[in-house]
Amino acid sequence: MSRAGLALAALFALFVALVLRPELMSPLLRLVAEPGQVLLYDRQPIRVLVGWHLALVAAAGAVACAVGVLLGVLVTRPAGADFMTLARMISNLGQTFPPIAVLAIAVPLLGFGFEPTFLALCAYGLLPVFENTVAGLRGVPATVREAARGMGLAGAQRLWRVELPLAAPVILTGLRLSTVINIGTATIGSTVGAVGLGEVIIAGLQSGNTAFVLQGALLVALMAICADLALRRIERALTRA
Amino acid sequence: MREASRRAAAVYALPALAGLALLPYLNFRANRIVSGDGVMIWSPEGGAIIAALALSALALGTVWARAQAVRLACALGALAVLLWSVGQGAAALSADAPEFARVSLGGGFWIAAAFLALAAADAVARMSLGAWARISALLLPAAVFAVALRAGLFDALSILREYDTNRDVFDAALGGHLRLVIGSLIPALAIGLPLGWACFAGPRARMVILPALNLLQTTPSIAMFGLLMLPLGALSRAVPALRDWGVGGIGAAPAIVALALYALLPIVANTYAGLAGVPETMRDAGRGMGMSRARLLARVELPLAAPVILTGIRIVVVQNIGLAAVAALIGGGGFGTLVFRGMGQAAMDLVLLGTVPIVAMAILASLLFDVGIELTRRGGAR
Repeated sequence: MSRAGLALAALFALFVALVLRPELMSPLLRLVAEPGQVLLYDRQPIRVLVGWHLALVAAAGAVACAVGVLLGVLVTRPAGADFMTLARMISNLGQTFPPIAVLAIAVPLLGFGFEPTFLALCAYGLLPVFENTVAGLRGVPATVREAARGMGLAGAQRLWRVELPLAAPVILTGLRLSTVINIGTATIGSTVGAVGLGEVIIAGLQSGNTAFVLQGALLVALMAICADLALRRIERALTRA
Repeated sequence: MREASRRAAAVYALPALAGLALLPYLNFRANRIVSGDGVMIWSPEGGAIIAALALSALALGTVWARAQAVRLACALGALAVLLWSVGQGAAALSADAPEFARVSLGGGFWIAAAFLALAAADAVARMSLGAWARISALLLPAAVFAVALRAGLFDALSILREYDTNRDVFDAALGGHLRLVIGSLIPALAIGLPLGWACFAGPRARMVILPALNLLQTTPSIAMFGLLMLPLGALSRAVPALRDWGVGGIGAAPAIVALALYALLPIVANTYAGLAGVPETMRDAGRGMGMSRARLLARVELPLAAPVILTGIRIVVVQNIGLAAVAALIGGGGFGTLVFRGMGQAAMDLVLLGTVPIVAMAILASLLFDVGIELTRRGGAR
């Protein structure tokens, strides 16, 4: 196993251990807690919070991936070329639009809880996937496309068998960016009532319990870093293939 | 080609008009918390039928016009009519309503305003203007809007009523937000530019620095704020003199440190990429002129790398304007204060009062940086 692979395995094992046995963190948390404070978040089991957090990010990632790739394919077809400038401008705007603003705008539309966070995650996660799908499909060399046409592949077959596989690593980069951003945004989503690890941090901030803050922050950071490293490895494997 | 650009223009005009036709342009609510009744722009009670017709004509004008300048004028004109009609409509609706009633902007307004602004931006992009002309195409409408705002055209809208009651908080948030963004940019530049040069000078440094910064970038913002509270809190307890400077576990200090850490990766990576992209022939020419290592850096490498470095700084500024909003959770101030307070009170006008300036600041910063990047690129090519 490579060094990067070992690092990922170690971090992932640490994350799983801290989720299943939160009390392993107590010695560290004791360093920062005031005497007599509760060390470990006990209003909900950490397992449940992590499960919801991951479910939220994964569901939004699936929606973002499906819609983003579909839109990316549409605007790169000749029939969708009119929408290219609009699509490009919206992508640019997406990069300037802060994730928290999307969350803030989703709340009046959908109320508090799971839904606004899910909508914000889908909307924001869509942009990197879409942008990278367009970049990946445009990056397919014209000679390759010619060759595919020469082999007698029809439009849809060319897309499915040649263009999308070649663009896959770039699309996956978009999915990775969107996943990492969404893990963070889902954390902020706890301020509007989404169930997730953000709850631990926010409870700590509200009650002045630094141990909660540290516990939540470490878990969220580990989760994001593991997701980033794992998706990077898949990308690299796809590039090689 | 012309037909294609026409179809592209319809992509903006039709959704804008559909939004106004199907969704309320204003919402009338009994007080600031409850949800209210929608008012359509074309309904008699909205009192904006003539404005709606003018707006439709101008929006369709963006499709029929051949010259991009006319399309731009039509789009801006439609936007102006839309803004005028919401100001007037809100004033008319709240004229004979009880004091607690609020008139807020509806979904139809937001959709139409967004697509009309995109239509204007599209026309500007197709005109292939120079940097300064682009800036004035942006600043002139913004100035007109500011004058209308000052003159009280929109005063009946709930977001401005909210501003009226929170004027002090808003001004403090503006100052706090700018302090967070600028206060984090300066140390990030002071550390990031040398680190970028170090990455360029030595591959071994690069192997350590870039992955480490990547790890920092991956850490979600709220977790980073939380993790930084601890060392800074401990520091202020150990060195009480620092407390007078405002360094502590909560407040602006951990927020500024966190934002500076997030800023490092784009600055370092782009400084490295910019320096690495300087053609070897240029470097040889400089050396041939007898330039020292330092002079070569200052006179040849940095000017040529400037557009790429500025692109990195642009990413940082835009990203930190957004991230600074999260700082409010640890008492760091800024517009996030309004956003989170609004969410807590379920007062959406207050949320908008915090969100709109953040988005406006981010868009303004990115446009200004675009112009700056273009100017340095032209300077480099000369």
